[in-house]
Order: sequence, then structure tokens, then C-alpha cells
Amino acid sequence: MATQQTRTLGRVLIAPAVALLFVWMIVPLAMTIYFSLQYKNLLNPGEESFAGIDNFVYFLTDPAFFTAIGNTLVLVGSVLAITIVLGTFIALLMNLPIFGRNFVRLMVIAPFFVMPTVSALVWKNLLMHPVSGLFAWLMTSVGLQPIDWFAEVPMLSVILIVAWQWLPFATLILLTALQSLDEEQKEAAEMDGAGAISTFFYITLPHLARPITVVILIETIFLLTVFAEIFVTTGGGPGLQTTNLAFLIYQAALLQFDVGSASAGGLVAVVLANIVAFFLVRIVGRNLEA
Amino acid sequence: MARKVTGAKLAVSTAGAWLVGFIIFFPILWMMLTSFKTELDAFATPPQFLFFHWTTENYGVVQERSDYMLHAWNSIVTAGGSTLIAMLIAIPAAWAMAFAPTKRTKDILLWMLSTKMMPAVGVLVPIYLIYRDFGLLDTRFGLVVVLCLGNLPIVIWMLFTYFKEIPKDILEAARMDGATITKELIFVLTPMALPGIASTLLLNVILAWNEAFWTLNLSSSAAAPLTTFIASYSSPEGLFWAKLSAASTLAIAPILILGWFSQKQLVRGLTFGAVK
Repeated sequence: MATQQTRTLGRVLIAPAVALLFVWMIVPLAMTIYFSLQYKNLLNPGEESFAGIDNFVYFLTDPAFFTAIGNTLVLVGSVLAITIVLGTFIALLMNLPIFGRNFVRLMVIAPFFVMPTVSALVWKNLLMHPVSGLFAWLMTSVGLQPIDWFAEVPMLSVILIVAWQWLPFATLILLTALQSLDEEQKEAAEMDGAGAISTFFYITLPHLARPITVVILIETIFLLTVFAEIFVTTGGGPGLQTTNLAFLIYQAALLQFDVGSASAGGLVAVVLANIVAFFLVRIVGRNLEA
Repeated sequence: MARKVTGAKLAVSTAGAWLVGFIIFFPILWMMLTSFKTELDAFATPPQFLFFHWTTENYGVVQERSDYMLHAWNSIVTAGGSTLIAMLIAIPAAWAMAFAPTKRTKDILLWMLSTKMMPAVGVLVPIYLIYRDFGLLDTRFGLVVVLCLGNLPIVIWMLFTYFKEIPKDILEAARMDGATITKELIFVLTPMALPGIASTLLLNVILAWNEAFWTLNLSSSAAAPLTTFIASYSSPEGLFWAKLSAASTLAIAPILILGWFSQKQLVRGLTFGAVK
């Protein structure tokens, strides 16, 4: 066990990291709370005054807030559903004996390494452009009317882009989990006469329950604050159709310079993320003891 | 253990997997192809797949007109700098928690993790105002600071999970053989820790390179890394697909290559050890 000396040394070694993270978390958070209780607009400097809960009332009763919350939930929910269902399917496929598995793996995980601004612009222009995009050509060649993606189905377009970016993450984690599944268990089930479908539902899927939970929690934390993809494609529009909570706060802060209500909105986002984080931290913590 | 695989089964699963892989990779492939087209071919209907006039002029134009190298350099400095500083802070901390754990180590680790859960947008206003007042907006230093602190929890966590796997018995064995602490560090621990340090470094460079919330909000021109630079192509005035593709290909190529090397560590780094 650790002696007194190593314990002291340990504290000294940890101190800088703890101190920095503490400052990084507490100072901005305290400022956000303070601003959220003030009338403060950068366009009218020197006119700050105490606002009580007015900013919260203003932000939370703004119809745009409910639209943004709704959009956030739709975006997070759809991307989760797509990435987990497709991710499970692709992971199962890649777990089969295939020729050139490593190369396929490289192709499948590539989108994860593409920076968000690049993937959003490539999808928006090269693929989804209503006239010259590849999708338009594909639809025309099978005799359909091309869709003007970002005008007709803006939210679906954003969902597709974000899902494409996160699919590799879900696939990779589920594949890693599949590879740790005991083959003998599956063989035993097959010998007992279980078909592929019941093997999947009674052995594979329960084994994947935990990794799927982890994927849901981690993706949710990142997806709650999707920003760059919306910033470079729709700018939150048309209207408010693709404005999520992160984008609404950004607009209040850096476009309308309304520091007070942006801060109130920021705190709402912090609370939402913390609900998710609570469960994730518990799962990770349980794993730490094992 | 390995079951016999019939030729037909292998063929079907191989075809399926290659098809899926190709579809997922296609947008990137299409972007790379477009970067070698003329602007006219890039817009052409029906699309030109392979038999177009191949040209590399877009790459030259991107550099000439928009000083691509400046933004690439900004990306290298901010991603590399923030990673190196984070490693300097994290290695001692992770080391201490892995080798001299106390009762509170677990709580500290989970608390560090929870700081990563805080949505950036929740602290956008104060960070923006602090940066404005201290003249840090659109500076490389400012980006290095925010990227470093933002990724610090992940770095500490990854290093911790690697360090924890170094068998402690080996230290005692070395001590029995008469090794001093310094020798222990240099000849026993460092070689065992290096692979973990290297993969943490790699993953963090990737995360910092692709970070697009803070870079978009805190930089505009002089310090703009590639994420912000590429975003400037979203302006509606004139669509330059071939040039957008060339700039994008250059921006993602180095990270794609690094990423392919780090794919095994990716799962571990991003799930905080919850999936191995």
C-alpha cells in the first residue's frame, strides 16, 4: 500500500489537473449563473441591472424555446435510433467471416474522422444539392422528382448528416462488444436447436445491452449540442425548423448579444446534459470497481 | 473453435460487408474525386464518375486564393499544442491515481469525467466575454487553452486506464534486483507506459483537430483552423465545389490516416473504459 510519502507525492502530482479543471468548470458556470440573473445586452453596455428570474421566464416562455427543445429531441432521438439499429446490423455483418475485413473496417469508420464542417458541406452541396447533387441525379434516373433537401425536409437532412457521422462510433463499439461474446455459448444454443433469430434475441442482444446503453449515453451528450452541422448548412432555418437548443443559445448570445437570456438558456442545457451524465457516470463508476 | 465456413457463406457476407462499407465511405470518395475535377465537371449532370478531365489545379488555387497553409498551420499548432500541454498535466495525475490510489481517487476520476459532460454551449457566454476582454478572440493561444481544458478529462481517463494495466509486481521485482527509483522509471515503467501514452496522444490530436464548436465561435480569420476555414465555404455567393472538395480533402487526409492507426484505441478512449 501507499506510504505517507507517496501519498503526498500523489497529491502534488494530481493538484494541477484538479485545479485547472475546477477553474475551467466553476468560473464560467458561476458567471453563467450570475449573468442569467441580470439584464445584460452587449449592445447597451453599462445598463446592467438585476433581473431576478425574468431571463428564465423570458427564455422558457418564448415559443422558440419549445420549438428548439422539440427539434433537439427529434434530432437526438432519430440519430440514436438510426445509428443503433444500423450500427448493430453492420457490426453483426462485420463480425461474420469476410474477406478483407480490415479494409472494410477502414471504410466504415472513416466518417468519424471527418471534421463536422467538412461533412456538412460535402453532404449539403455534393450530395443533396437539388439540381446538381448526386441524390437528385439518382432520383431522376429512377423516374422520381428530386427533393430540395434543405428546403423541403431540413430536419431530415441534418439528421442524415449527423447520423452518418456517428454511425461508425456505434458500429465500432458494438463490434468490439460482439468480439468478446463467447462463441461456445452460441454454438451450444445452436446445438440445442436455436435458430439464428432466437440466438440473436436471447444471446447476442442481451450481451449488447450494456454497450448499447453506453452508446446511447455518450452519443446523447454530444448530440444534445450539435452545432457546426447546423451552422454551416441551414443556419437554424428555414424559420426555426432546424434550430436546436445549442443553436438558439448561440443566436441569443452572439447574434442578439442578449447575454442574460443566453445564459439562462445555457443553464437549461447544462441541466439537461447533467440528467444524462448522471446515468453515464454511474455506469462508468460501477465498471471502475470491477 | 472456429466453425467451418463454406465458400458460399463467405462470398455472401463478403459482398454484403463490402457493399455497406462502400456506401458509408462513398461521400468521402466522392469528395476526393470532385477535388480533381474542373468546376464545370463538378456540377455536371449526369455526374462524372471517373472519365472526366483530371486536374490538380484546385489544390493550387485553394492555396493561392485563401492562404490554405496558414489555416493548416493554425490547426497543427492548436491541435498539437493543446494535446502536448494536456499530456504534461495529465501524465503525472493519471500516474499518481493509477499507482498510488487513495480512497478519493475514484471520486476524483468521476468528477473529472463529469466536467466533460458540461455542454460547451452552457458556458459560451462567459468564455466569449472573458476572451473578448483579454484580447484572446481569434488567437491561437486562446484556442490552445480552450481545447486543452476541454479534452483534459478524456486524456486523464485514457492514460489512467492504460497505466492501471501495468502490473505492479514488476516494480517490486525491479526493486529486489536493486533498481533505484530513477532506474525504475527509465528502464521499467516508461517502456511499458509508452504505447498507452502514444495512443492517447493520437486520439486527442484527432479530437482537437476536428473540434468545431469553440473554433467556430472563438476564431474568425487570423487564428482560424481548418474547421473554421472550411465553414467559410458555406457562404452562398458562388459555389466552388471542386475547390471546396480540394480544401476538404487536404483538411481531413492527415487525420483520416492517423485515425485509421488509432481505431483500436478509439473505443477505449471514447467510452472511458466502459467498453473494452
